[in-house]
Amino acid sequence: MGKRRVVITGLGVVSPNGTSVSEFKSAIKNGTSGICHIEELKELNFSCQIAGLPKYRKDYLNNYFTSVQLRGLNASGMEYGVIAGMDAWKNAGLSINDSEIPLWDAGIIFGTGILGVDKFREAIYKVDEGNVRRLGSTTVIQTMASGISAFLGGILGCGNIVTTNSSACSTGTEAILMAYDRIASGNAEIILAGSTSDSGPYVWGGFDAMRILPHKYNDNPTKASRPMSASASGFVPGSGAGALVIESLESANNRGATIYGEILGGSINSGGQRNGGSMTAPNSEAVQYCIKKAIENAEIHANDIDAINGHLTATIKDSAEIQNWCEALGRKGIDFPYINSLKSMVGHCLAASGSIESVATVLQLKENFVFGTINCEDLHPGIATLVSRDRIPNKTINFSPNIIAKASFGFGDVNACVIFKKY
Amino acid sequence: MTKEELLSKLKIIIVPYVQNQEGLKNLTEDTDFIKDLEINSANLVDVVLDVEDEFDIEIDNDAMEKMLTVKASIEVIENKLASK
Repeated sequence: MGKRRVVITGLGVVSPNGTSVSEFKSAIKNGTSGICHIEELKELNFSCQIAGLPKYRKDYLNNYFTSVQLRGLNASGMEYGVIAGMDAWKNAGLSINDSEIPLWDAGIIFGTGILGVDKFREAIYKVDEGNVRRLGSTTVIQTMASGISAFLGGILGCGNIVTTNSSACSTGTEAILMAYDRIASGNAEIILAGSTSDSGPYVWGGFDAMRILPHKYNDNPTKASRPMSASASGFVPGSGAGALVIESLESANNRGATIYGEILGGSINSGGQRNGGSMTAPNSEAVQYCIKKAIENAEIHANDIDAINGHLTATIKDSAEIQNWCEALGRKGIDFPYINSLKSMVGHCLAASGSIESVATVLQLKENFVFGTINCEDLHPGIATLVSRDRIPNKTINFSPNIIAKASFGFGDVNACVIFKKY
Repeated sequence: MTKEELLSKLKIIIVPYVQNQEGLKNLTEDTDFIKDLEINSANLVDVVLDVEDEFDIEIDNDAMEKMLTVKASIEVIENKLASK
């Protein structure tokens, strides 16, 4: 039996430059940055005092959480994930299951790197004071990694797989491919896939300490995230969540659902931290192998790819990534597909990056555009020799991509590449 | 504090956790938190913490285990208040 066809029927997003799909869509079309100055980081002596932070009023949460769930809620990643997840579910035309029977064919794969850091801090203070009895019932559910999939699974009443994956910055893209595999193989009909990442100094501090964040743009935050630019000086930390309802074509057609795009396939691998790969750097051979296997799995040819949504974080590794795409696709110069990086506008949303960027990628297929990458007017010379300038638009262009490849790479030398197609 | 005052304060505390609003309307001393109000058993610990904050008392584990009904809870609170 061949693979079943798998499509995307719902989108949800909580991004630094838009907390709904419609806001997000106009932001990415207009090149609107969501990077802002964060006073708290300045007070805490961070080198990088800017970040991508989703903005909404606290009472907005009443639309998503019950009053009991909101009591003692101190986990930003939980907020972002639940908002994005429920929005995607509703966007797909699905209703909240209020019967006593779980939806056996519907599941959740919603990843995160770490959840409820602020809640955990609260708990640590109480435990250290000898006051563990005052933690209340919410510490565990807000700080277990799978808290986000558990919350969504409970709200929606899902009865298929309900889990949280974690693979650093490839988490979101990995979640989509895990959902794809499960549906393609007939083990589920609908999966809410996505990922979320907490915001704040306890998440971003470790990266600041590694000196891989920009520190010269504290007074000019919207210019700080500069993927593919000669003046790129590190990634701007971000946060948020992205969610996609992934469904068998059969189920989507039976429901008469709107189809945003099709997933043709993809690949997940690791460079084994060998041959130039390390905990923090990718093994280029593995990156190329991942892209090639994704193309093979999707049963397309490298020349069929019209556009790429890269990982492209705005570090010195951007040139190496472009080189890897050139090698893997056997394409360069004017023959290279269009390529862009959402991180120029929202920063690096870490575990959430793959899912937020996939929402942006799917919107391009559905709405016929390729968004521009901001802050790369001064293209890196190492990239300019590989790819024709017009393949890297810095303003949104009217172009109807048929197939877009999206890749994410993460600490631990892990890679994920997914192939999306217009439906 | 009269028993009525105590009861009305307790009622305010439990309201956010109640999943059966009918049970809340018919609240009496015999009301059982889990059976009649359908409060999630995990939330009972949060009710107790809220009671501690409201009445400025500390409720030990043995007393906490008894607090499954309105009547038992009022007794525990009264005892703790008396020994303050």
